[in-house]
Formats: sequence, structure tokens, C-alpha cells
Amino acid sequence: MSEKKPVLHVENITMQFGGVMAVNNLSLDVPEGQIIALIGPNGAGKTTAFNCITGVYEPTNGLVEFCGLPMVRNFPHGKMKKQYQGEFADKYAHDPVIKPSPDKITELGIARTFQNIRLWKSMTVFDNVLTAKHMRADQNVFSATFRTNAREEKRMREETEALLAEQDLLQYRDELATSLPYGLQRRLEIARALATSPKLLLLDEPAAGMNPQETAELAAFIQQIRQEYDLTIFLIEHHMDLVMQISDYIYVIDFGSEIARGVPQAIQNDQRVIDAYLGVSEE
Amino acid sequence: MSAFIQAKLPYLLSGISVGGQYALIAIGYTMVYGILRLINFAHGDVFMVAGLLMVYLTTAMPMYLSIPLVVAVTVALGFTIERVAYKPLRSAPRMSVMISAIGVSYLLQNCALYFTGGLAQIYPAIPWLSDSVTIGGATTKIVTLVTPVLTVALVFALVLFIQKTKIGMAMRAVSRDFETSQLMGIKINSVISMTFVIGCFLAAVGSLLYFTNYPSVVPTSGAMPGLKAFVAAVFGGIGSIPGAVIGAFIIGICENIIKGLGSNWTVFSDAFTFVLLIIILLVKPTGIFGEKATDKV
Amino acid sequence: MEKTLKKDPAQKAGTAIAACLIAALYIFLILLDNVLPANSFTLMLIPVLKKGAIYSLICVSMNLLNGFTGLFSLGQAGFLLVGAYTYAIFSIPADQHAAVYQYFDGGAVGFSIPEALGKALGENAGNFLGAVVCIIIAGLVAAAFAALIGIPVLRLKSDYLAIATLGFAEIIRAIFQWNGLGPVTNGSNMLRKYTNFSAIKIGDIKLATAFPFFISMICIALIVLLIHSSYGRAFKAVRDDEVAAEAMGISLFKHKMLSFVISSFFAGVGGALLAMYQTTIQASAFKSAMTYEILLIVVIGGIGSVSGSCIASFLYIACNEWWLRFLDSGSFFGLSVPFFRDGFRKVVFSVLIMVIVLFFSRGIMGDRELSFAGLLRRHKKKAASGAEGGGQA
Repeated sequence: MSEKKPVLHVENITMQFGGVMAVNNLSLDVPEGQIIALIGPNGAGKTTAFNCITGVYEPTNGLVEFCGLPMVRNFPHGKMKKQYQGEFADKYAHDPVIKPSPDKITELGIARTFQNIRLWKSMTVFDNVLTAKHMRADQNVFSATFRTNAREEKRMREETEALLAEQDLLQYRDELATSLPYGLQRRLEIARALATSPKLLLLDEPAAGMNPQETAELAAFIQQIRQEYDLTIFLIEHHMDLVMQISDYIYVIDFGSEIARGVPQAIQNDQRVIDAYLGVSEE
Repeated sequence: MSAFIQAKLPYLLSGISVGGQYALIAIGYTMVYGILRLINFAHGDVFMVAGLLMVYLTTAMPMYLSIPLVVAVTVALGFTIERVAYKPLRSAPRMSVMISAIGVSYLLQNCALYFTGGLAQIYPAIPWLSDSVTIGGATTKIVTLVTPVLTVALVFALVLFIQKTKIGMAMRAVSRDFETSQLMGIKINSVISMTFVIGCFLAAVGSLLYFTNYPSVVPTSGAMPGLKAFVAAVFGGIGSIPGAVIGAFIIGICENIIKGLGSNWTVFSDAFTFVLLIIILLVKPTGIFGEKATDKV
Repeated sequence: MEKTLKKDPAQKAGTAIAACLIAALYIFLILLDNVLPANSFTLMLIPVLKKGAIYSLICVSMNLLNGFTGLFSLGQAGFLLVGAYTYAIFSIPADQHAAVYQYFDGGAVGFSIPEALGKALGENAGNFLGAVVCIIIAGLVAAAFAALIGIPVLRLKSDYLAIATLGFAEIIRAIFQWNGLGPVTNGSNMLRKYTNFSAIKIGDIKLATAFPFFISMICIALIVLLIHSSYGRAFKAVRDDEVAAEAMGISLFKHKMLSFVISSFFAGVGGALLAMYQTTIQASAFKSAMTYEILLIVVIGGIGSVSGSCIASFLYIACNEWWLRFLDSGSFFGLSVPFFRDGFRKVVFSVLIMVIVLFFSRGIMGDRELSFAGLLRRHKKKAASGAEGGGQA
């Protein structure tokens, strides 16, 4: 790992729902420019971990730093104070709670995709990407209504057009997003995330429901966008082929807790990982 | 002190009574919401129609025939509304069903307006219920005393029904998970119809009690009690029958206490209900007895 | 629709046609007020036009919230009330205060904006500008109410939001009827004698019908501009998928609040126009039934279509006040029909609405818009290929 501060630093994250520990004391680092994967069997808590990082959930305990600055921080308080079963209950208790909403986190430079594609249904491909540029546009509701932001609007449209062209989606620009084939919808969702100009891209099972050929294309695509957009990528995945092929480093969790971490070759031969996956067929 | 109690007792009594009547309406709301996730805006108007039916039927037949007939026709009306206006929209977005409910409410009110010619209809005096009694120096109608007792008895019977019978079990299953119950072979449509039948039966009983306390019925008579009953259902935790009943009593009592404060505050007796609603939605959106539902991302 | 940057010929022609039609409309409206003789036809037409224009604005403002932002709010009547009252309070002439506020010693507001402007600029200009100023204040006050109400309620989801906004509308109504505020709101008594449409003139030209069209059209144009702007797209994103919108950096609270406040501003303006139209107002009229009526018009026109809301408003008002009047009159082309009596019109109406809700849930326009450019394009396409029709307008 590099000496620089990691883009994303997750420390002792615990997410407890009632008595269930969905994520238990998870710590990981995502260094700049790398592709890091989080894998684990179904229900291991991967998406919950993602939701803690992106502000959808407020973790019960723990700290998330983005580029060295604290982004999410919490400790068990209120009702959770008594119920909490995890470790490090006091570690963050003296610092103030930080719990930004998902849009604030996106503004900092983290974009994400969803496991079950969440495109805006009534909008065209073009508008889906254009709307994601809304956050970074220099405008307010008056300048937008009275069209004094025309230059900004023009820039947004040109950038959207360029982005769609780069992602080979330009020929579908005026089609409804939901009318695209599944694989292209996934690609559009990534394009939409890129439109928010992120430093870090979180991909939630990008290959779910894809056939081997589409998966192979996706692997190439992910590596390509990392290069082109100077991105750091953190992904959750089930497809072992994809993960082993593109990841620089892998974290494995099961029942919310980390069971292994390492480079792909090491993970492939790790007995605990094999045990966790044993009997679980790879789709 | 006793003079104060004597002055305020009628308000408290009528609060308890109105609370019981709201409770009977609120159960219809809470059960329908529990199963269909629909605010049945037409429920208050079904209640009003029951009142009007009573007015018209008593002119044509004796009381002992017209009361059961009112209940039967109201139940049939509720059943028909569900089949015609809500069932076709089962897979439509929730907003469409809510709009359909508002449409039905509009239709019922306009039909009532047409049949009554816009004139207030004098509600018949039901023997015994309309008689006056004096308690603690306050004069009131017997219905005031009967309502809470009858309400509690009916609610008790309903809870037993839901806990012990097969269809009651099906209702609980459907309110917990609509789709899975369907997969498990529960006849969803008959469960939903049953819910409307029970709701409308209680609304009909409620209307008999409610309008006995008021001189007349107008087409908009159902709107306010309906909304308040719904607020009671939200207050108690929507989907929970005991919650709705407790919420209804609280609202009925508070509203009448405000009426008792003096004429300057009477305008707020209706608004108070909504203040209560907003407070509960902000502090505990799931109501007193409600369960938390989470969205999955 | 979104490709408005490069103008194609159909677009240009469409704009030209629209401009001509609008000009013709205003000429007609001014003729209607000043030159055309008053007969039974114009006596029916004028109120329908006025009220249709006002309802168009009110419905479009509701559509902005319910149709474009996906916030199912039922508080519209409350904001109409705030707008109507604010307008009336600031435009009752000072010497009428004693008569209007007879139970409250002439009230607490001692001035009238149209009157004050009239002293400086002459009576007609004062009435015109005063009305405009009061209308803007009405919108601003309604928007301020919305901002306060929005803080607690906009966190709520779908039907809870609906019932909470409905509740707030009822609370607003109670506050305005409260005698404690009587010196300002006149308690539960009506407000009257304020500047109405018949006072709006330029020189000798009466603008009683043109004025509501003028205000409505400007407001609807602003709403359309907003919908087609970056913010409008963000609203639609919130409507389509809140979670995705938030993950793409669109602040839910900020955008819901914007939509709620803007919608309420225009509802307030609509309320002010309604007050002008009715010449007297009373808080007790602004019940939830009014919100339901507006919502049903929006549904008839198509949730998510501005032109649909406008078309539906005019149709609804025309049917309600004019074309379906015969249903209430007891006779049909001279034949006496016994069940055609008072209230039958409304029954027919509600059945029609139910049919639309159940079988044509997309309404007249769905989520499409009427545009001359679209019509022209379609016409050309038809002429060129013959068979191939369809396509979005």
C-alpha cells in the first residue's frame, strides 16, 4: 500500500439493527487509484457496509474518513447505548457525531450505483446523465428559471453528450432509460455516477445478472474508466472471476465480520474464504 | 369546584361519547390501511350515507326494520366501493388508489347533495337512545352513556374475531405481507372485502350513535368525523385496532374540552385534531402502537 | 422536447403560431370586455374564461408539486386561503375599513396599497399596479407559510405527507377564522370591497377578463421555465427515485422545499385572483373539498402535464358553470326530464371523474405536453410517410 492517505478509510464500522449485527467492526482502506473489492456470501452485510459509507444508514459505531477528513462518525447513543453488542463502544464517544446525508457525501466526491438498478424511469438516457450534473452546476433556482445560467446549461449538455459518447451510449440518448437492455442500463448507471465527477466510485454488484461475456466486457470497462477518469473504485461483487481479474486488494466478510483480506491470489487459496463459500454456488 | 365540574361534565361526557363514535369509524380506516396501505377517504362519506339512509328508511318502515336495513345497505355499499373503485387499481401506484378514494368521496357527497336537494335532513329519534338522563347534574342523552360501552364491546368482539378465526388470521397475514400471503394461497380479495364489510358495519353502527346526538344530516356531515377518525387511527398507530380506539377517545375528549373553553376557542376544536396529528407524525410517525417499516435500498 | 438548444423549423413555426394565437386571444378578450354586446352567450363565456384562467394557474401549481416532484400534498386550499386573504386585506380601501371590519372597530390595517399607489399615479394605474403588488405579496405570504410548514412535513412520506398537509390547511383555516385575529382577518366574517377585476382598466379600456389571463399566463410560463430547467429535472429525479436522486447529490429536503414553496407561491397568487373574481371571500369556503376538486382537475388533465391541467381547468369550469347547467334545470331541449334537478350536474360530473380515474388514469394528456411544434412535426411525418403516426407531441 502507498504511503499516502487512503481515499477511503473505514474504521471499526458497526451497524446493529435491533439485536442483529449486520456489519461488525469492519475496518478497511481504499488507496488512491486502486480497485478494491468487498466480497462475501449472500447476506454477509456488504450492501449494509456500502450504505453506511454513503450515508443511507447511520452506522451504530465507527468512523469513515474520506481523503483524510472524517466524513461519518458515530458512537452508540440513545436506545443503542444499552443494546450495543459490538466493540469500541467508547472509542468515538468523545467526538461529535457526524452524519451527513447521502447528497452531501456525493458532493464530497463519492458516487455509487445500486444493486437493483435505480435509474430515473421517466427520463431519457440523456436526461438521466444531465440531471446528475445538477449538483455541481453553478446556478440557483432563479438563474435556472430565467435562463441566466444559459452558459452553464450549455456546458452541462456538452459534457453530458461527451460522457455518453465515451460510454458508447450516445445512440440511445433520446430513449427512455428503462427501455435499454439490462447490460446497458448498468453501464448508464455508471455513466450517471461519473457525471457527478467523483473521486471514488462505489459499485454495488455491477455484474449481477450478467452473462460471462457481458461480465468480461464489464471488467474491461471498469479498468478503462478508472484510467480515463482517474478514479478509485470500491466494489461489492459476487462474480469471483470478475473480482479476481480486476481487484488490487480484496476484503472478505461473512456475518458482518471480516474473515480475510489480501491480494487476489492469497484470497483464492484462503481456507476460511473457501469454507465461507463452500456449498454456495457461484451464480 | 363542584360548580366547575357541573359546568364541564357535559363536555367530558360528550367527549367520551364522540370518542367512541370516532373509534368505530377509525377501525374501518385502520384496517383498510393495514391491508391495502390506502387512506380510504370515502369512509367518512359511507358513514354519512348511513346517516341519510336512516333518515329515508324510517319514513318508510318501522324502526326495528330500518336499523338492520341501514347496516346491511351500508355494508353492501362498502363492499361495492371496494370492488368497483379499488380492486381494478390493485397494481396501480398508491397515489392512483388514493385519488380514486377521493373520487368516490366526491361522488358520494354529490349524490347525497342531489337526493337531499342540499337541505339538512332531520335525523329520527331512536327510541330509548334519544331519551334524556341526568348524571351529576348534567343532562345528556342515553346514547352518550351507551356509546363507550357498545364501542368497547364491539372492539373486544372484533379483536377476538381477528385473533381466533381463520379469516382473522388471514387478515393479519395479509396486513403483514401482501405478496407473500397471496403466494401462500390466501384469497386476497375475500380478505379485503371482509375488511371493508367489517369497517362499514362499524361505521353504520357509529353513524346510528353519532347522529342521534345531532339534529340533522347534511352531505358533508361525514367529512370531518371521517378525517378525525383517520387522525385517531394514525395517532394510535395505523393498522392497530386498540391504538385506533385509544386515539379516538383521546381526540373526542380533547376536542370537547376545547369546546368547553369558551366560544373564542371553538374554531380550534377541529384544528386541534390536526395539531395533534402533526405532533405525532413528527415525534413518533408510527403512532403509539405502530410498528416501524423500513425501506430497503 | 429537451433538444431546445438547436431550433428546428417546426420549433420556429410552432413558436410563431403560439405567439399569434396568444395575441389573437388578448385582442378577443379585450373586445369581449369593451366592444362586444352583452348577451346570454357572453354572460356565460366571460365568467368561464376568468375562472378557467385562475383555475389553470391553481391546477398547474398543484401539478408542479404532485405531478413533477411527486409530493402528494393536499394543502392547496390552505395556501389559496392565505393568498386570497392577504390580497384582500391589503387592497380594501381605507374608507371602507369601518364597514368591512364592523365588528372589529375598523380593523388593524389602516391602509390600502392600490389606494396609496392611486394617489401617486392616478386611479387606474393605482388599481392595476396595486393589484399586481398585492398579488405578489399574496404569493410571498403563502410561500412563507409553506416554508414554515415544509420544515416539519416534508420529511414525511407519501400518504402521511398528504394527511399532514391536509391537516395544516385545516389549521390555517381555523387560524384565519379565529376572532383573536379579527382586526386583521375579520374573524369568521367575510372580506369585501377590495379591488376586483372590474376596477382593472388602462384609460377607458376595461381589462376585467384579460387581467386574470395575463397574470395566469405569466405565472404558468414561469412554472414551465422552471420545469424545463435544471431544477425541474432535479424535481423529476426526486419523483422518480428519491434514493437515486439523493445518491446523485440532489438534496431531497432542499428540492422538496423549493418545489413546495414555489408551488405555494403560485397557489397564493391563484388565491388572490380567486378573491378578485369572487369579490367577497370567507375562510369557511376553503375546505379540503376544494383541494380535492383541484386534484381531480389535475388528474383529468394528466398528472405531470401543464397543458393538460390548463385544458382540464377550462373544460371543468365550462362544464360545471355552463355546458352541463341544463342537467340542473329540469329540462333538456324543451323536454322536461324529472331527474334533471339541482345537483344532478354534480352527480354526472363525479361519475365522469370516476370513469376517468378508473379507466383513463393518464387523463387527457398523460405526461405529455401540447405543443404546436410537436403537432407540426407529426403532421409533416404523416404527410411524408402516410401510415406512420404516433410519436410524442
